[in-house]
Amino acid sequence: MPGITREEVAHLARLARLELTDEELDHFAGQLDDIIGAVARVADVATEDVPPTSHPLPLTNVMRPDEVRPGLTARQALSGAPAQEQQRFKVPQILGEE
Amino acid sequence: MTDLTRSTAAQLAARIADGTVSAVEVTQAHLARIDAVDEKVHAFLHVDREGALAQAGAVDEKRARGEKLGPLAGVPLALKDIFTTEGVPTTVGSRILDGWVPPYDATVTRRLKEAGIVILGKTNMDEFAMGSSTENSAFGPTGNPWDLTRIPGGSGGGSAASLASYQAPLAIGTDTGGSIRQPAAVTGTVGVKPTYGGVSRYGMVAFSSSLDQGGPCARTILDAALLHEVIAGHDPLDSTSIDAPVPPVVEAARNGSVAGLRVGVLREFRGEGYQAGVLQRFEESVDLLRELGAEVVELSCPSFDSALAAYYLIAPSECSSNLARFDAMRYGLRMGDDGTRSAEEVTSLTREAGFGPEVKRRIMLGTYALSSGYYDAYYGSAQKARTLVTRDFERAFAQVDVVVAPTTPTTAFPIGERADDPMAMYRADLCTIPVNLAGNTALSLPCGLAPEDGLPVGLQIIAPALADDRLYRVGAAVEAAFEARWGHPILEEAPAL
Repeated sequence: MPGITREEVAHLARLARLELTDEELDHFAGQLDDIIGAVARVADVATEDVPPTSHPLPLTNVMRPDEVRPGLTARQALSGAPAQEQQRFKVPQILGEE
Repeated sequence: MTDLTRSTAAQLAARIADGTVSAVEVTQAHLARIDAVDEKVHAFLHVDREGALAQAGAVDEKRARGEKLGPLAGVPLALKDIFTTEGVPTTVGSRILDGWVPPYDATVTRRLKEAGIVILGKTNMDEFAMGSSTENSAFGPTGNPWDLTRIPGGSGGGSAASLASYQAPLAIGTDTGGSIRQPAAVTGTVGVKPTYGGVSRYGMVAFSSSLDQGGPCARTILDAALLHEVIAGHDPLDSTSIDAPVPPVVEAARNGSVAGLRVGVLREFRGEGYQAGVLQRFEESVDLLRELGAEVVELSCPSFDSALAAYYLIAPSECSSNLARFDAMRYGLRMGDDGTRSAEEVTSLTREAGFGPEVKRRIMLGTYALSSGYYDAYYGSAQKARTLVTRDFERAFAQVDVVVAPTTPTTAFPIGERADDPMAMYRADLCTIPVNLAGNTALSLPCGLAPEDGLPVGLQIIAPALADDRLYRVGAAVEAAFEARWGHPILEEAPAL
């Protein structure tokens, strides 16, 4: 399997919302290449006839009764907010300026 | 040192219940011990002095009123800083949650409080439980009480070190790939990874949801069992919590026996990368099991050779998804919000400043493994390897009652030795990871000191899912036999701090 390039690491960092420095990119590129080289061996045992396991428990659609229960108050929910206004989370702009 | 901090949890609970000591006195003794040694050990990130004394006082009042106390009421505990605690900071060892005070308790936290267990504080850990040495904590490393220049294991190094340095008789950890068992092994303490789904994950900050499992840490098998019983059991707030009775772990711990037991020894857990002294103590443990009446069967689980690789694809994949929630919008750190930057830019700047190198590596590794074009080759293949590991365990448990293995390939390594060599660090989890992939249960207990360095070695006992009691039955027998041979618990050989 192909190794991972510095450009690919920069792309991954953007996808993962990590504003990496140039030094970090240099450092991580080599390390991730090593790690991926070492873990790629799983493909050798993963033959067609083996089903995947996503989870150790065979559970599907676990439901609880649809009942009103006490939850966090607005004050509690907002207690860790970096910024708030009028009982809401205040966030930076999410759309570009017109 | 007062004898209160040297007592087991079971002894302390009995003395508190019969009134020969108060819960407040027990808590004060442990807080004094923390004051005396934790500057050197750095097991705790936060000590909740007032909260602990208030909880202890409540137990004493309850007793004075003649109310019945639970089996661990008044006993102090060190809680890994991955469980939310209402009104008490929870950092997960990360800058991104530095200063965050959760508005709610994890289910584990709530059950501890309801049992009258006194939470002394929150323990140090590798950031987001990613690591095998506690060096990845944003708040500095923890020292191993056996040798402060060495790692106490990880990610739950703080919990294990608090036990080994007599700062607490009980602790809670979480085990995604070995983070309870490996620290127990290298500190000469006991750690149990319950069956996946056995202990609620509600309020336990998520790293890899299909692998994460909270569990008990202690200095004795019985103490671990008593704590296991308090925290285990179905929780409607965790949809992956098993709706089945808790296995009778305390009864098993009180009735240790291996007579007639079939014990499997795996060919895969030896050879290259294993320290000679670790293998020597392991072989002696197998001999001991034979002497105690167990039948030892040699087995092979060939798929375990790819378990480490599968784990280091599955866990990073799940973490890259789970940690997307740290977006600087609702809680935790926010950087660069100066009115000119977009939400996306603020998120990226915050994650860059708030996450440490190992967390970034794993997020990128997971993002890579899940990206289109690579998904089948990496994440898909790892899921298939997971099936093979599970099948190998099923075949093994068709022939034996428990499997035994070394908990770790080596004893505690020096702080700094593997800090910038991720693959070397990952190999510390070689023997513990298969259990997490299969979702079954395992325990580590001390089986001696390695002759070459005088550091503790852990014996791992592995049982099928929902047979957690089997671990305690075997563990109690092995513990009693070893302590009879040594003349004392192994921790008494640790140097004074």
